[in-house]
Amino acid sequence: MRALQRNALLTATALALVAAPALAQDEKKEIQKYQQMLTEGSPVELFELQGEALWNKPQGPKNASLQKCDLGQGPGVVKRAYATMPRYFADADRVMDLETRLVHCMMTLQGRTFDEITKRVFGNADRPSEMELIVFYVVGQSRGVKMAAPVSHPKEKESVGLGKKIFFYRAGAWDFSCASCHGEEGKRIRMQDLPILSDPSGARSYATWPAYRVSNSGLHTMQWRINDCYRQMRFPEPNFTSEATVALTHYMAVVAKGEPYDGPGTKR
Amino acid sequence: MHVERRRVLKGAGATGALALAAAAGLLKPERVLAAAWPKNAFDAKSADDALKSLGASSAVESKDVLIEAPQIAENGSVVPIEVTSNVPGTKSIMVLIEKNPHPLAGQFHFMEGAVPFVKLNVKMGESSNIRVVAEAGGKHYVATKEVKVTIGGCGG
Amino acid sequence: MADPMKARASMKGDVAEIRVLMGHPMETGDRKGSDGKPIPRHFIQNVTVKLNGKTVVEGNISQAVSRNPVFSFRVKGAKAGDKVEISWLDNKGATNKTDAAIA
Repeated sequence: MRALQRNALLTATALALVAAPALAQDEKKEIQKYQQMLTEGSPVELFELQGEALWNKPQGPKNASLQKCDLGQGPGVVKRAYATMPRYFADADRVMDLETRLVHCMMTLQGRTFDEITKRVFGNADRPSEMELIVFYVVGQSRGVKMAAPVSHPKEKESVGLGKKIFFYRAGAWDFSCASCHGEEGKRIRMQDLPILSDPSGARSYATWPAYRVSNSGLHTMQWRINDCYRQMRFPEPNFTSEATVALTHYMAVVAKGEPYDGPGTKR
Repeated sequence: MHVERRRVLKGAGATGALALAAAAGLLKPERVLAAAWPKNAFDAKSADDALKSLGASSAVESKDVLIEAPQIAENGSVVPIEVTSNVPGTKSIMVLIEKNPHPLAGQFHFMEGAVPFVKLNVKMGESSNIRVVAEAGGKHYVATKEVKVTIGGCGG
Repeated sequence: MADPMKARASMKGDVAEIRVLMGHPMETGDRKGSDGKPIPRHFIQNVTVKLNGKTVVEGNISQAVSRNPVFSFRVKGAKAGDKVEISWLDNKGATNKTDAAIA
């Protein structure tokens, strides 16, 4: 008898628990629909076109374009390049993500200085930065290509290992790590469910960055994304193209291996 | 229709830019006429006033006017909507966001085989009904759909 | 850089689906700039779609259309190879246009 009562109670509790998430499921579905309609109606291609024009524009003391820039698929090959980055580049003897490689090309091909190139890497709605526009052009050329950042060169292995370490490394004013928010299921910031970036289930999220953010009409690169996470964790802002951000990107890219690239994304 | 256009042209300074463009040779005169922008309707502060100004105040509800929109929009600065009229002979469609300061967001005229359909992104200041009115054979048909706007967190 | 604009059109059954992207700030006039001064209202007022030179859609729009507008339209009686032209005119008298062949 007692057992029966307990059973009934348990059932009632279970029902109540099921009922609440059912409503949330509906909301989730509607939010997914919004996200999908947002992507379908995205103006992101306009920025890719502007970026392509900048890629082809002769600039700097050498008055050269980036048309000979080698993103890992040979000089000037942009198609599929982003899907295989970050990667090791022998000419620079280091692992580079897209932004780092672009800075390298601008310095070597165009004769520009690091300071001048990185003076304004994060733009705004009224004036996106040169870096953002070129990044949007390059990543758009990998749409549909499966993510495949290599981990064969010793420096690539080292970079992915470092990235993983940083991902789980707790520090700062709040003793946070990337994993505090992106390491297990069920974490969110306000309405936003957070992807698990240390697990292939979060691959889709990685494969939709860089992204256009409709709330501020801004273009956001991967390094911007990482910097903003660090800001939210109350860390000092990482340096642009730093080894740490490249390694972190590399780790996430490797976790997302095999996911078809679907960016530049469009986010609310 | 012509009377409508004349009234709009006479009544509003909105066509100033158009007239300038025409004077500069950018537009042919007939283009200017077709483009007449109904300033009074766009300036109206209620959906009813906007529709009145467009001569569309007595619309009947219709299931043939379809609004596809998310029930929840995480950000009001971009709300994607898709509007179709299956009312035979639809000549134009008006899109209004009832609670926006100026509800009329757009008026689309369809000619020469164009399907009475448009997909666009609109701004919504707050949760509101979207009201769509289709005009066919001098009559007006209306449908509404509610969209909840939640300004979400950060991240993404 | 000039405001970019891009159109694509393709046949879906017997209907041509036209998608157009327009770079434009679509300022409502309610927003303040970094200097604290209000940014004047600046928006596209008129969108025209032509098929082989004939106007098929005339749109009058307001500042309530989102920044960098994206529209889709559908036209019956078109075929692959037909020319689609789209132009806009804003409240300051500026214009832009683009075209595409239906794929």
